[in-house]
Amino acid sequence: MTPDRVALLGMFETATKIKQCDERFRLLLASGQIVCTYYSPRGQEIIPSAFSVLLRPDDYMVTTYRGLHDHIGKGVDLRGLWAEFLGKRSGTCKGKGGPMHVTDPTSGLMVTTGIVGSGLPIANGFGLAAKLAGTDQVTVVNFGDGASNIGAFHEALNLAAVWKLPVIFMCQNNRYAEHTKLADGTSVERIAMRAAAYGIPGVTVDGNDPIAMYEAAATAVRRARSGEGPTLLEGITYRFFGHIMGDDMKYQPAEERQAAMDADPVPAFRVWLLAEGVAEEVDLAEIEQRCDAAIDDAVAYALAAELPSPDELEDDVYAENLA
Amino acid sequence: MSTATEPQTVMLPMVAAINRAIDEAMTKDPRVIVLGEDVADSEGGGVYKATMGLSTTHGTDRVRSTPISEQAIVGAAIGAAIAGFRPIAEIMMFDFIAVAMDQVCNHAAKLRYMSGSQTAVPITIRCSAGAGMQFGAQHSDMLEAWLCHVPGLKVVIPSNPADAKGLLTSCIFDEDPCVFVEQTMSYFLPGPVPVGEHVVPLGQAAVRREGTDLTIVSYGRQVNDCLRASDALAQDGIEAEVLDLRSLVPLDLDRVLTSVAKTRRALVVHEAVTRCGFGAELSAQITEHLFDSLAGPVARLGAKNVPVPYSMPLERAYLPGRAEIVDAARRVVEH
Repeated sequence: MTPDRVALLGMFETATKIKQCDERFRLLLASGQIVCTYYSPRGQEIIPSAFSVLLRPDDYMVTTYRGLHDHIGKGVDLRGLWAEFLGKRSGTCKGKGGPMHVTDPTSGLMVTTGIVGSGLPIANGFGLAAKLAGTDQVTVVNFGDGASNIGAFHEALNLAAVWKLPVIFMCQNNRYAEHTKLADGTSVERIAMRAAAYGIPGVTVDGNDPIAMYEAAATAVRRARSGEGPTLLEGITYRFFGHIMGDDMKYQPAEERQAAMDADPVPAFRVWLLAEGVAEEVDLAEIEQRCDAAIDDAVAYALAAELPSPDELEDDVYAENLA
Repeated sequence: MSTATEPQTVMLPMVAAINRAIDEAMTKDPRVIVLGEDVADSEGGGVYKATMGLSTTHGTDRVRSTPISEQAIVGAAIGAAIAGFRPIAEIMMFDFIAVAMDQVCNHAAKLRYMSGSQTAVPITIRCSAGAGMQFGAQHSDMLEAWLCHVPGLKVVIPSNPADAKGLLTSCIFDEDPCVFVEQTMSYFLPGPVPVGEHVVPLGQAAVRREGTDLTIVSYGRQVNDCLRASDALAQDGIEAEVLDLRSLVPLDLDRVLTSVAKTRRALVVHEAVTRCGFGAELSAQITEHLFDSLAGPVARLGAKNVPVPYSMPLERAYLPGRAEIVDAARRVVEH
């Protein structure tokens, strides 16, 4: 399943939007205009870009605290997303979730968890719901390489396999579990090898290669949608700015990081689109300007938005406030 | 002639009342599903037969035996609940909830709040619980205080078969995650259970015995011990009022305070270990609200602060029983 021109340009638009959002976010952080914890997804744009053109709004997605790229890829409205990151009342979650806990059912972004690996068992629940309701909705759950070492990963893969749930387990292998190198904390060379333990397909692809990523994701989505069951997909990628914004990144060799940044997947995608004649310079410039304008709008909206009132603190704990 | 009709009842043990509640909820609402270890009939219908017959009646799509994977059970229940189902997740023993605490406390409890009420998690987690069966330290705990400490959860513990049916029905159709605690020692004691729909709202304590000299606040099977202790106390002229909380979150504090304001003395009794148990919270609440009218300190009686022992004399010494309740009540009255 090779992506057509529409899919490729859609992917490029998502990747561009993620890259620009991240750049704007880091700029505002560095200038002191906003203050928050931030887990930059810069360098990991291609994986969610593939899903952005393969999933429907009624497909479910679960992601983790490093989730901005997945939020954008699933189509969360930029205004609400930025407002939530800034803790504003008009954010997707009324400012109660924040960057680590974005939920936006309208776009199908159902859960963002701050607990490593915990999204996988919940993703099975969305898969089960679709199966019981007899729909062909699929669920994609994103997690990092580190999450494959926690018990929830193994419980979830086993149950998904036993029940043949329409779930795509998307491991975004950025080669570091917080500050620990993959090889220092993980018993296998490739996370996808772990699929063999559960009798499901395990596929490793270059998560920064748009064509390879699209094809692998499309195969997994088709398999889930047709009722054949789950896939463990591993996209090899790299995060440019450490675990959390501000960490010293001493555990990442400088030359390794430089090489990854030299191979920045978004400009590389741009060069490829032009070289292959998929698009003209004017087409891509128009996409970039459109993303820029959308981000300008979202940032202005979020900066001007109201903060929540302390009166709202005790709302939303239960369906009805307890006495 | 009176035309008032008492609801028709049938004598059932609590475990059967629980089965009826689930069966009727599943019949009424196709969104109700059951997940848990060995819950389907091909696996025995649950270790205590609480779900016996349900997979035969409602199908194995809706009554699903799972692997021994508590995180996966609760996680799947959470996802399905957000997507519109009303899952009942069975955690075979209360102690095993420790394995799933991340899903229970970080996810089920918090997802409504973290999403600004965009997503609800209407799950019911059923756990068999409690000591008295010589199951030892890892199959006998009462851990309700852990869960009461987490905003977002509701915690419910029935004392009799009728309440088990009515409260479980409320939990299944509640919009929030509920933990429903079933003491195994109560499973096989019969009591009258209303036939057909029976709902006991959460957050409404019941006065099981009226009295004037002290208020004994309890929940779960210890309510019955408190009632028997009250009979013994009455022979000495001490009239205890016995309250059955039925749910700890939400808590019917008004009912508790009304009673203690009248009796001016209070004793809290539960099976869980005393230290940091629910009695500590209740004692503090009563004291904060009624300090000036209390005739003495609020007393607590729970299990000893040890893991649940195996051997019978040790297990009996661990649990608070009728004699200990009588002694504690006397001390409260004599203060």
